[in-house]
Amino acid sequence: MVSVAELRSTIGSIVDPEIPVLTIDDLGILRKVESSDTTVLVTITPTYSGCPAMRQIEDDIAAALRRAGVEEFSIETVQSPAWSSDWISEDGRRKLAEFGIAPPTPLGEVVCPRCQAGHPEMRSRFGSTACKALMVCGSCGEPFDHFKRF
Amino acid sequence: MTGVGQAPQGTAAVGIEPRLQELIAHGDDNLVLAQRLGEWISNAPELEIDIALGNLALDHLGVARALYTHAGEIEGQGRDEDDFAMRRTEREFMNLLLVEQPNGDFAHTVVRQFLFDVYQRLLWADLGRSDDPTLAGIAGRAAREAEYHHEFSAGWVVRIGDGTEESHRRAQDAVDALWRYTGELSEPYAGAWRAGVEVVLTEAGLRAPDDPYQRGGGRVGFHTEHLGHLLAELQWMDRAYPGLTW
Repeated sequence: MVSVAELRSTIGSIVDPEIPVLTIDDLGILRKVESSDTTVLVTITPTYSGCPAMRQIEDDIAAALRRAGVEEFSIETVQSPAWSSDWISEDGRRKLAEFGIAPPTPLGEVVCPRCQAGHPEMRSRFGSTACKALMVCGSCGEPFDHFKRF
Repeated sequence: MTGVGQAPQGTAAVGIEPRLQELIAHGDDNLVLAQRLGEWISNAPELEIDIALGNLALDHLGVARALYTHAGEIEGQGRDEDDFAMRRTEREFMNLLLVEQPNGDFAHTVVRQFLFDVYQRLLWADLGRSDDPTLAGIAGRAAREAEYHHEFSAGWVVRIGDGTEESHRRAQDAVDALWRYTGELSEPYAGAWRAGVEVVLTEAGLRAPDDPYQRGGGRVGFHTEHLGHLLAELQWMDRAYPGLTW
């Protein structure tokens, strides 16, 4: 039987299907992995109400558990406390910036992930996914996504 | 006339525990509005607006799903989100009349969204303090989303209302047409809702109509003619192929 710590690290390293550089540990949505003699309980908290990736993440967790030889498990969604982009780890923020997505900060502090210039122009509050806004850098002209602070 | 919030015999709201009724009613608001907003996908005036309206729809749909799921847990009779969304009739829906109104032109859609967003901000702030932790969590998240929605809708109301003669006319037409459905929505937060709406309407050069007529009944299952058609489109596949999955 695989230990809970191993399971936690396996599940925690599952990546977000829409932002594949972030693991669900980076995102802060994996709340708990517990096990009893007979079953494993995984608890997650959804990000945005409208995030279509949550279902996929649940499927990925189930698949990872089966690959680890766990047959009996349940995945529970806990709504409270509500997820916040503040839960994204420092590591996650760095990975987002390297991937070309400005991490969640107050709007005045957003910098272009390409040239680091500040004060980009917001083109749309709603970007390529529900969690991102579309910005354009006034210095290098690069359009980029900003992970909304939430 | 049926007063706002009363439950006459033979309606959806009879016999449902108030706490459950509240979850389902707010779920219905969000599901129905999500369906309306989804009708814009591929039809919006600009690509960015298309994406924005689609994202608003996704948020509202996500809120509805969470509320229905929680309602099913509280009810304890094994109903899931699909049972609430797909297998209830028009008279069992308790959504506000405002959200079922047709999209009309873009001005109608953003004015409808704006009137609803002002209400949703007040509602979620309120429910965020609920002693039901699941509801408080759903509300806490929805409150932050409602801020984004409100920024979008209020921004467009001002731009359209204070735009050209034509855009102003369309925006005022939308306010005039939709105002009669705001009584049941503003009721719990009358003063705060009115103040939040007025400040933006004033900036937009728009005004609330003088006609005091208000139509209510949505919360107890008496709907305008539009809801049945919306549900027909929403529910037909599940009704034609019961239990289908994909």
